[in-house]
This record gives sequence, C-alpha cells and structure tokens, in this order.
Amino acid sequence: MPILSASDAARVREMLASLPNPVRLVFFTQTLNCETCEPTKQILGELAGLSGQITVEEHNFLLEAEAAAAYGIDRVPAVAVVGAEDYGIRFLGIPSGHEFMSLLDAIQIVSSGDSGLQPVSRELLAGLAAPLALQVFVTPT
Amino acid sequence: MAVEHALITSVIVEANEYPDLVQKYQVSGVPKTMVNERVEILGARPEEDFVRAAIGAADAAH
Repeated sequence: MPILSASDAARVREMLASLPNPVRLVFFTQTLNCETCEPTKQILGELAGLSGQITVEEHNFLLEAEAAAAYGIDRVPAVAVVGAEDYGIRFLGIPSGHEFMSLLDAIQIVSSGDSGLQPVSRELLAGLAAPLALQVFVTPT
Repeated sequence: MAVEHALITSVIVEANEYPDLVQKYQVSGVPKTMVNERVEILGARPEEDFVRAAIGAADAAH
C-alpha cells in the first residue's frame, strides 16, 4: 500500500522533473528495534520511483559499520542526500510531513549544487573559517 | 547552508523518534536549531537572520 497518494506522487514527480544531476539517497537502516525504518524505506523507494535522477543506496547500520562511520551515521533510520559532492546533509528519522518537503528541497539543492541562498547570505558565509554543525529539530506535523 | 559552504553540515532530526536528543538539547518546541551543539536558534527565522545567528554561534565557540 503506497504511502504517497496518487495526487501527491504526481505533484512530486512534477517537482523533480527538472533535476539536473543525479542524487543518491544513502539510506542506513536495521531490521530490528527500528519502527520507522521500514516506512522510511518505503517512502524513499516511492520517491526514487518518481525520478530517474534519484537512486536509493541501502546499507545495514549494524552490518556495515564502516559505511555508517564514513557517513557519520550513529542512529537509524538515516539518509544522506548526496550529489556530485557530499555536502553533509543528513535526515534522521522518518521523512514524512514537513520533513518530506525538506527532503525534496534538499534533493533539488543537492542536484543543482546551488544553495539557492540570497546573495547577502552567501556573502556572510563566504568568510566562514570554522565548522558549523547544524542540527534542526522538526516534527512531521 | 550546507551546500553553500564545505564547513557546514546539516542534520534534520525528527524529534518524535529521538527522545534522548530532545532531552539533551532541551527541545520543547520545533523547529529548533542547535549550532555546534551549543547555541540555539528557536523557531523559523528569515534567511538572513538565521545565517547571521548561525555564524554568530561559530564565532562564539571560538
């Protein structure tokens, strides 16, 4: 039973129709003790089905510890949104509701390689000399 | 922001699933952004404000 409704799927397909470059959704999951892992896998699968530019690369968090470490993943479900570069964008937890929209945004930005930020923001960030680790807490509704 | 600068990473956390993180960072409302685990940006902000607040946090940490 699909998670995305037919009309939502159509809308998402349209939004993703002009993705310029491929995007990998590097997905870390595990079989036990993760209620949202299976629904997340389903959502990602449906998303990938709506665009030829999106692929899902699934890793088992427990069995592939090196891969998890390489992407800096310490809990599941987790998705790294990777384009030509890994910009350090990660989603923790099921990407539904508002978070789904953020995931779509991330896919579009990563695909284009352009942040879409205003010129003033870009100028402010140009002088950044130390790491900024952002953790944004959200809920689906 | 993560796409704009190589030094920036961005993790979006679904708060309902990670009560330990919610408690660690005392998240009582969303959206809430933690910068370098130390500085908080509460709620949604206009883009420039958010960027300035985040950069301010990076400076404060050093």
